[in-house]
Amino acid sequence: MSDAMTGLNRLDGGLIDRSAELNFRFDGKSLEGYGGDTLASALLANGVRLMGRSFKYHRPRGVLSAGAEEPNAIVALREGAFTEPNTRATTAELFDGLVARSQNRWPSLAFDAMAVNDIMSDFLTAGFYYKTFMWPAKFWEKIYEPIIRHAAGLGALSGMSDPDCYDKGFLHCDLLIIGAGPAGLAAALTAGRSGARVIIADEDFLPGGRLNAETIAVGDAAGAEWAAQVAAELASMPNVRLMTRTTVIGAFDHGIYGAVERVTDHLATAPDGTARQVLWRIYSKRSILCAGSIERPIAFANNDRPGIMQAGALRAYANRWAVAAASEVAVFTNNDDGHRTASDLAAKGVKVTAIIDTRADAPDHGDAEVLAGACVTDSRGRLGLSKIKVRSADGSQRWIKCGALGVSGGWNPNVHLTCHQRGRPVWNEAIAAFVPGAVGPVGLSSAGAASGMFSTAAALTGGAVAAVNALGEIGIKAKAMAMPEAEDAPVSITAFWHVTGKGRAWLDQQNDVTVKDVKLAHQENFQSVEHLKRYTTLGMATDQGKTSNIAGLAVMAEIAGKTIPEVGTTIYRPPYTPTAIGAFGGRSRDETFRPVRLTPSHKWASEQGAVFVEVGMWMRAQWFPQAGETEWRQSVDREVLATRRSVGVCDVTTLGKIDVQGADAATFLNRIYCNGFAKLPVGKTRYGLMLREDGIVMDDGTTARLGETQFVMTTTTANAVGVFRHMEFARQCLWPDLDVQIISTTEAWAQFAVAGPNSRKVLEKIVDPAFDISNDAFPFMACGEITVCGGLRARLFRISFSGELAYEIAVPTRYGDALIRRLMEAGEEFDITPYGMEALGVMRIEKGHAAGNELNGTTTALNLGLGRMVSKTKDSIGSILSEREGLTRDDALIQVGFKPVDPNDPVVAGSHLMNIDDPANAAHDQGYITSAAYSPCLESSIGIGFLENGATRKGEIIRAMNPVEGSEIMVEVVSAHFVDPEGERLRA
Amino acid sequence: MHDLVPLTPLGGDSAQSETIRNVTISEMPDFAYASMAMRLGRKTGFQRAAKKATGISPPPPGESAAIKVGKGMLTIFWTGADQWMVEAPYASHFDLAAQLGSTVKDNASVTEQNDGWARFDLTGDDCVSVLERLSAADSAGMQAGAVTRTTIEHLGCFLLCRKAATHFSVICPRSGAASMYHALLTMAQSAL
Repeated sequence: MSDAMTGLNRLDGGLIDRSAELNFRFDGKSLEGYGGDTLASALLANGVRLMGRSFKYHRPRGVLSAGAEEPNAIVALREGAFTEPNTRATTAELFDGLVARSQNRWPSLAFDAMAVNDIMSDFLTAGFYYKTFMWPAKFWEKIYEPIIRHAAGLGALSGMSDPDCYDKGFLHCDLLIIGAGPAGLAAALTAGRSGARVIIADEDFLPGGRLNAETIAVGDAAGAEWAAQVAAELASMPNVRLMTRTTVIGAFDHGIYGAVERVTDHLATAPDGTARQVLWRIYSKRSILCAGSIERPIAFANNDRPGIMQAGALRAYANRWAVAAASEVAVFTNNDDGHRTASDLAAKGVKVTAIIDTRADAPDHGDAEVLAGACVTDSRGRLGLSKIKVRSADGSQRWIKCGALGVSGGWNPNVHLTCHQRGRPVWNEAIAAFVPGAVGPVGLSSAGAASGMFSTAAALTGGAVAAVNALGEIGIKAKAMAMPEAEDAPVSITAFWHVTGKGRAWLDQQNDVTVKDVKLAHQENFQSVEHLKRYTTLGMATDQGKTSNIAGLAVMAEIAGKTIPEVGTTIYRPPYTPTAIGAFGGRSRDETFRPVRLTPSHKWASEQGAVFVEVGMWMRAQWFPQAGETEWRQSVDREVLATRRSVGVCDVTTLGKIDVQGADAATFLNRIYCNGFAKLPVGKTRYGLMLREDGIVMDDGTTARLGETQFVMTTTTANAVGVFRHMEFARQCLWPDLDVQIISTTEAWAQFAVAGPNSRKVLEKIVDPAFDISNDAFPFMACGEITVCGGLRARLFRISFSGELAYEIAVPTRYGDALIRRLMEAGEEFDITPYGMEALGVMRIEKGHAAGNELNGTTTALNLGLGRMVSKTKDSIGSILSEREGLTRDDALIQVGFKPVDPNDPVVAGSHLMNIDDPANAAHDQGYITSAAYSPCLESSIGIGFLENGATRKGEIIRAMNPVEGSEIMVEVVSAHFVDPEGERLRA
Repeated sequence: MHDLVPLTPLGGDSAQSETIRNVTISEMPDFAYASMAMRLGRKTGFQRAAKKATGISPPPPGESAAIKVGKGMLTIFWTGADQWMVEAPYASHFDLAAQLGSTVKDNASVTEQNDGWARFDLTGDDCVSVLERLSAADSAGMQAGAVTRTTIEHLGCFLLCRKAATHFSVICPRSGAASMYHALLTMAQSAL
């Protein structure tokens, strides 16, 4: 039976492709497998039983299962930045060149120095850490935890950025079928033929589920053949999407499921640009859980030795992968299903040395010896099983030779997804297992083994019926087809959870939890299942206790003298299997974390060498460095001075623009803004202040009246969306009787501020002669629709953020690039200077204009020195609550300016203000500085901020404290309007 | 006539297009847009005026309607409660908002949206494979004329199905055009 070429333990047959020989490495050793192998099957075929070390005691461990429930064979795949730790060898598809390494061992898997923990095991029982490392408390984080983390644990991250990419996606269907075993395939076939939109997903790369692992016939064909035929038919249906390598990881609200498709994990290298995995969000109208079941082990002393595995896994390796885990095997079972393993292996020529059946009435079994009413009490073999100790019904004990032991304690339906919304499974005594409860995710039903129906015939029929029923609920008629004949054996089981006796009997092999640990938890009064879980860590490893939870509950029930359903279960939560964080991130990472919004002048600004800054999603020019400028302040100071001296230009497209129209548009704005807008004449612009309902300032900006029923509002860049949402709420919910329509036009117009004493002269060169923009014809706060450059539609607003004579000019966005170039040409004779966000900020601080730092969600109009703007002659949002006593105190914080007494001292935004003679503490806080900058005009650092009773304290010297950086300077309280306080320039 | 040279949403002098296997992704800059929002209580007048202005009736939610104008098509699609977007060839309709406004008068508020949006078209057999990795919208289930508001690459977009399975338009905010184009190409590269 052995095959010298590709493994010691290869059998005949199986669903592997012997023409595809695959080379791979495990812990540096070169080995060979076949197409269709998993890493686990290939390792077993090569005689490798030892695949890992346990989490806590570093005990040698081999593969327990042949599926996603694997607790032991956890390895690191690939190399360098591509390293994927904690991967289950049982689900890792073999490919040529695969590199795998064992984890949690030093220096090697066969000799692990940390196995000293196992000798110390009497001290390392449940709760050991909690009891031992309590004192001194501060040692925990710095000393104890790092040591424990080093000694215990799983794989290590590479520490490098994940070089793979991941996608997210969205799918829609009438029916989602979770699992492509016999029940799932029958359901999909039934639904597919009805014409419904169907998605069937399976975590395996080969559809068929247990049909691929068994020798069961379906109709005239072998089970695996039938599965392949059905899968082929499903793949040919345009209304069916058959998704292999896809794990449904969670059930969420409204029929939405999460699923991870492993697109390239089975390839040595992913094609360029292809996502490694896709996280799908599946919107389903109905769903059927056909996820099968997981065989549970029976705990006995030293039941964790490599070679001891689920009986079903043992025959899966033999039937599907043509691998015998050893040349001599034994079976330990409490149910009839375990006998199948003996039959299948014997049929493959593997010697079955004994069937140890816990039931006194165990059935006979041809050639193999059946020990009825017996149990396995111990095992031997360094780094791998060599023999088991058996206690017969008469109490006699003996050792039986075997290299592998298949253990079957019965099967647990995979109810997990039915519990993701706190559904509770119910106990079914006939199969001694939990089955899906009546209350689960809406629209989800179950079929086949997942519903507790374990025979193949029941799975096929159950799947078809579930599909008909689910589709019927959504008005799609499907015909229940006659399913081919298949075995329909009843479940014959006598619950048996663990063998009593000395020695450690392992329940949770991944987290090293024994029967004794559960007993200790009970003894120390951690008896609730949730306490049991956390105290012992049962079920808390990456396998989430798929092979251990129920046995743990059973042991607790037995000790507590309760039934298993009385003990109850812990809550299953998504994801069903470990999921790469990268899949949740998708493409939203690094430079593409979020989209960027580019201004109309972006291309031109890039050509000028502008330094850009992220403002929300916008990329705005921060400053425009010129040759010889070595640090940013030089550029910014130059831009400010040039603008104030002659003319500057800045892209202000990012400010929100909202088109407000309708017969009641003026009334609407009059209610939105706290100051009056009803009487704003056509052709005029007004500064507006918007309050929240609670009286705090929400946003500010200018609004221009372009016509009797049309206004254009500007908002701050940051609040563009929030203000629009606020207005939409007001329009739809507060005043549905008003005739007003609003829509954002932020993107539609490229808008530039042209500021400085020569701004009019520049604009006069491009504004078409039909439009008079002289001071008389187009005074401060005028607005109008004009044309420029020989007929291009434009909007002109005479508004100023810098405090200079200034305009904002808007043209259709596609012409923004052309306009900035034309403005630069027209302004050349005036040394026109582009300025960025920093210069804009400096100039508005010099002018004392509030911006985001001042409109910080805590400030009122009164605080901003704009209290008189809140009209008392009308009602507007926030006006009533702005009059609350606490908001109108005499000593309220008022916005003022600050100038350092020593001009060389920098003013720091965020500094708190203290009187000179007061102690510096919160009780004596006088206010704080919100914005600060170096003013090239004043040749000094300056700031604006809020000071108690600030309006009356001009000239006072106070302290600006920055306790975070330990600095303190003396500042003089001044007007916030450092430049042109009378506003003469902007009216010039 | 002015002599200013326009840029496309992607910042070029002409439209960009790329074919990845059997899907072609194209920037479509040659369309004018205007939004129409019905004035309060003007349902009858608006329907009549809108039909007079465009030749077709504004469609119900989730739908679009189209009519031939010159060598191109004029399309109206529903964008919100009592609100529609009109799309027409730019060359003949660059002043679309003014054209509509002069006919619908005070039955609707019309707003110029020419440059508020960037349109990208996906054509080819596997459009759905690309779109299903970008949007929660059920692109596979969309029939010709279907339209939905959806999020693609974190940007609020309109997704129009021009022809079932093989021709879609993504209409996204113009400032995000470069990010959108990148996302479309990235997903086509990954999915196809």
